[in-house]
Amino acid sequence: MLIRSRKPTDPLPSAITPRKHYLDRRRFMVATAAAAATTGTVGAVGVAVPKARARPAQRFDPFTLSPLSTDESPTDYDAVTTYNNFYELGTDKGDPARNADKLKTRPWAVVVDGLVQRPATIAIEDLLTRFDLEERIYRLRCVEAWSMVIPWVGFPLAALLDRVEPLGHARFVAFETLLDPDRLPGQRRPILEWPYVEGLRLDEAHHPLTILAVGLYGDVLPGQNGAPVRLVVPWKYGFKSIKSIVRISLTEHMPPTSWNRSAPDEYGFYANVNPTVDHPRWSQRRERRIGEFFRRDTLMFNGYADEVAHLYAGMDLATWY
Amino acid sequence: MVLTARHDVRGRRRAGLDWGVRRVAKPVVFLACLAPLAWLGWLAMAGGLGANPIEAVVRDLGSWALRFLLLSLAITPARQALNLPVLMRFRRMLGLFAFFYASLHVLAYVGLDQFFDWTAVWEDIVKRAYIAVGLGAFIVLLPLAITSTKAMIKRLGGRRWQRLHTLVYPAAALAAVHYVMMVKADLREPLLYAGILALLLGWRLVARVRRVRRGPAHQAWPGSSARTSVKPPETAVATRGR
Repeated sequence: MLIRSRKPTDPLPSAITPRKHYLDRRRFMVATAAAAATTGTVGAVGVAVPKARARPAQRFDPFTLSPLSTDESPTDYDAVTTYNNFYELGTDKGDPARNADKLKTRPWAVVVDGLVQRPATIAIEDLLTRFDLEERIYRLRCVEAWSMVIPWVGFPLAALLDRVEPLGHARFVAFETLLDPDRLPGQRRPILEWPYVEGLRLDEAHHPLTILAVGLYGDVLPGQNGAPVRLVVPWKYGFKSIKSIVRISLTEHMPPTSWNRSAPDEYGFYANVNPTVDHPRWSQRRERRIGEFFRRDTLMFNGYADEVAHLYAGMDLATWY
Repeated sequence: MVLTARHDVRGRRRAGLDWGVRRVAKPVVFLACLAPLAWLGWLAMAGGLGANPIEAVVRDLGSWALRFLLLSLAITPARQALNLPVLMRFRRMLGLFAFFYASLHVLAYVGLDQFFDWTAVWEDIVKRAYIAVGLGAFIVLLPLAITSTKAMIKRLGGRRWQRLHTLVYPAAALAAVHYVMMVKADLREPLLYAGILALLLGWRLVARVRRVRRGPAHQAWPGSSARTSVKPPETAVATRGR
């Protein structure tokens, strides 16, 4: 039986617009706009939202719904799959969706090595079948001050780590994206140092909220969202959730991370969502939830403070941003 | 007699050109300058602005402000390189459209993006250098837009007006820097604009250096010639007529 307790940071069920109603509202707005266009009225710029598309066929059922999911309504599938930061497939938000067909995800394997008892190379087919897949509906907060709610399909990273048995002196987990300019053409230009790399502290990697996602909206991950397997760490800014992973290494020392290497004063190793620590480009106090007009307040640890704040007890989060 | 007739033809031709510019070319250019806004409005209403329409609107308006600034700065080089003095008559319109799109850009940022949260806007200006630089560009453009009318040119006097309007160079530079600073990692597009601006400003610099070298008589820029009292040599007068 699924028992879900409401966290103080969650919105009240009464505050959530039922999906049917907001779809009705969109149809109304599109119809109004069309009417306005035909009568020659110009104005009311910027309130349009992408057309909602039906959810794709459920490719991954049955999987269990996780009590760690938020009950906020998910962002439109179209928005989730057409508004992406994945520089390996282009730097414009729409580029990854346009170039996703270049990212062939078979054959694919993930190497798990470093300070582990049993290093392994796991074929993607095994990743998809040997772990219990769950749906995890998480908030995603980008460092650029926008956010989404995404129904991921995946499994806890801890489940994978348990199989390879980290050694006693392993303290960090390093992740690496595929390096292949043919499949990830953005790597032909040195925008960042390729391949993209990320890292977590071992306790962060073991946290039950941290998952490896292999799908979203019940379907396999589209290329633009980091197919075939990506990390999702919902209390950190989106860039921590590295896409298209080919290597996971346990290390003793803090591994380098791509954006930190590119601009250390802007992007730290931890990159926890924190409305009180400012960023030189964007105020982190508020965010625009994709599909909404008004900005909303950004929550500490992206609303997951109850679950993760203890990991950072005693740390100055302004220093360890 | 012959002379008068020829003058007549020239005069009629000039009047015809004037009519064409005023009644045909200018309205056409005016409408063309509004096309980006119309297209944006259409996309907004048809839901074609993607997942983050507000960001799309703010960015598009900013891009067009910068493009019109560059276009207005391209008039003088184009006029001289192509020997088309008539181009000059479109410069003010292009400059004013740059200001128009810049105003909409600022308005969209304040009204749509921040929804008139003045505290947030102020924080952005103080804490985020690229916002301050962009605001600086807009503030520099303000007096230029205000003094764009014929009456204002008369009131200020051509020379002072011209000197005031050299402020368009720092305004464009600030706008280009604003764009470069805003981008996280892929600088291709902002650097393209900055490069075009550098070419347009560099062209002026080279033209000015050449003029200074050839002698004060060649200073065609009314605002910069403090030494016009020097009598131009005969050869200079001959080449000037080209």
